[in-house]
Amino acid sequence: MIPFTYERAETPAAAVAAVAATPGAKFIAGGTNLLDLMKFQIETPAHLVDVRHLALHEIEETAEGGLRIGALVTNTEVASHPRVRRDYGVLSRAIVAGATGQLRNKATTGGNLLQRNRCPYFYNTDLPCNKRVPGSGCSAIGGISRSLAVIGTSERCIAQNPGDMAVALRVLDATVETMNAAGQARTIAIEDFYRLPGETPEIEFELQPGELITAVTLPPPLGGTHHYHKVRDRASYAFAIVSVAAVLQKDGTGRVAFGSVAPKPWRIEAAEAALPEGPGAVVSAAFERARPMEDNAFKIPLAERTLALVIAEGRA
Amino acid sequence: MVVNGIHRSLTLDTRTSLLDALREHLRFTGTKKGCDHGHCGACTVLVNGTRINACLSLAVMHEGDSVTTIEGLGTPGNLHPMQAAFLKHDAFQCGYCTPGQICSAVAVVDEIALGVPSHVTADIAAPMRLTNVELRERMSGNICRCGAYSNIAEALAEIAGDKHDSVHL
Repeated sequence: MIPFTYERAETPAAAVAAVAATPGAKFIAGGTNLLDLMKFQIETPAHLVDVRHLALHEIEETAEGGLRIGALVTNTEVASHPRVRRDYGVLSRAIVAGATGQLRNKATTGGNLLQRNRCPYFYNTDLPCNKRVPGSGCSAIGGISRSLAVIGTSERCIAQNPGDMAVALRVLDATVETMNAAGQARTIAIEDFYRLPGETPEIEFELQPGELITAVTLPPPLGGTHHYHKVRDRASYAFAIVSVAAVLQKDGTGRVAFGSVAPKPWRIEAAEAALPEGPGAVVSAAFERARPMEDNAFKIPLAERTLALVIAEGRA
Repeated sequence: MVVNGIHRSLTLDTRTSLLDALREHLRFTGTKKGCDHGHCGACTVLVNGTRINACLSLAVMHEGDSVTTIEGLGTPGNLHPMQAAFLKHDAFQCGYCTPGQICSAVAVVDEIALGVPSHVTADIAAPMRLTNVELRERMSGNICRCGAYSNIAEALAEIAGDKHDSVHL
C-alpha cells in the first residue's frame, strides 16, 4: 500500500465535506474490496474517511410498506433480517450466495454496491486495462474471457459486474439514496446506478466524485416465490459464471435478472414479459444484442438452462 | 482496542492491518497470515463477537473494539470446548489454518443460533437447522490445505450439538 492519511467521520455531512476537502480521498466502510485493491496498488487513495460510525446502521419500515436499509448495515444483517427473509427472499439468498461468512460480516450494503469488477486483467497490473489505466487498452478482448461479460460491453472493456446482491436489488427495483459533496440528497434507481463501459469504462457507477451512499430502499414486497441460482466453478466461495435472480408469480409472470453476464445486473423488462412462454423466449430476448467472445459464448445457453431450473423450482 | 480482555494502546502506521497489529505489534502470533487477501481464512478473529478476516481490516479502524484471537478463546491448561473438540476429532494436520478454523467455528455456532441463513438453507424464513451440509457451507471461508475438513465438521457438530436440539450428520 502507498501511504495515506486517515480520519473518522461522525455524520454524513462531515464525511462528504472531508472527502471533498482532500484530493484523492475515498470513503471506507467494510473495506474488504478497497483494502484488497490497495494492497495491489490498483486503488491508491491519499486519504481515507472512515464512515462506519455514521448513523446508517438501521433497517426501517417505509410508509409505503417497504424497507429502508442503511448503507452501513452489513451483508449478514440484511440477509438475516426477519422481514428480508420473509418478504425479500431473493435478496437474502443472493447475499448468502456471495463471499464467505467472514466477508459478509464486514461488507456493507453501500460498499457491496460499489464492488469493483473481477476481470483478471484489472487485477494484473503488468498488463493493459482501460478500467485501471484509461486509454491503455483491453487485454481481455482476445485474452482469457471465460468469466467476462457477453452483453453491454464495448470495444474498451468486457468486464462483468460480479456481484450477487445487486442482481437481487435490480429484480426488486430498489433505489439508492445518496448525499453529494455539497450535502444534498438524491435517489438513483438501481437500473441507472451501474454504467455500461462505452468509451469510459473507468467510470463504473452513476455517482459524482465524493458522493456518499446513505441507504438502499426496497419497494413493498412483490409476493410470489423468490429465487437466486448461482452457477460457479465450485460449490461455495466463488464468483458466478451465471446467476439468475427471479421473483415468480403463480400465473407464470414474474421478474428476472441475470448476474455476471454484463457490466451491470442484466434485466430487460420486455424479455421477462416472455416468462409464460418459457426460458428460451426470455433469454433470446434478453440476450438479443449479445456479443460474446469465443470463450464465454457458453454463458447464453447456460443462462437459459439456469432460468429453466429456476422456473421449475418456482412450480415445485 | 481491547485484545483478549486487555486494553491495548498502539501507535501505528495507517497501513497496518489488524492482522499485522496482532501478530507483529502485540505478538499474538496464533492468528496466522495465509493469503493476506481474504481468500483463505487463516487470519479469522472475532471482533465484538463477530468473525472477520483480520487481513482485510485496518488496525486504526478498530479503536474501541474488542478483539478475540485464538489465545483469548482458551489456553493449553483451559481449552475452549471447540479447541478440545478439534483435538478429540483430530481436526488438523499441520495446524496452520487451525486458529482461524476454530475462531470461525465458534462464530458459526452463534450465527446459526441467531438465525443467519446460508446458501444451502432450504427454508430461510424458518429457524436454522444444523446439518453437515450447513456446517461445510458456513466454513467455506476457511481453507485447509491438509484437507482435514471432515474431522473439522465432526468437531463442530459435537459442539454445535450441545447448543442445538439436533445435529443431522
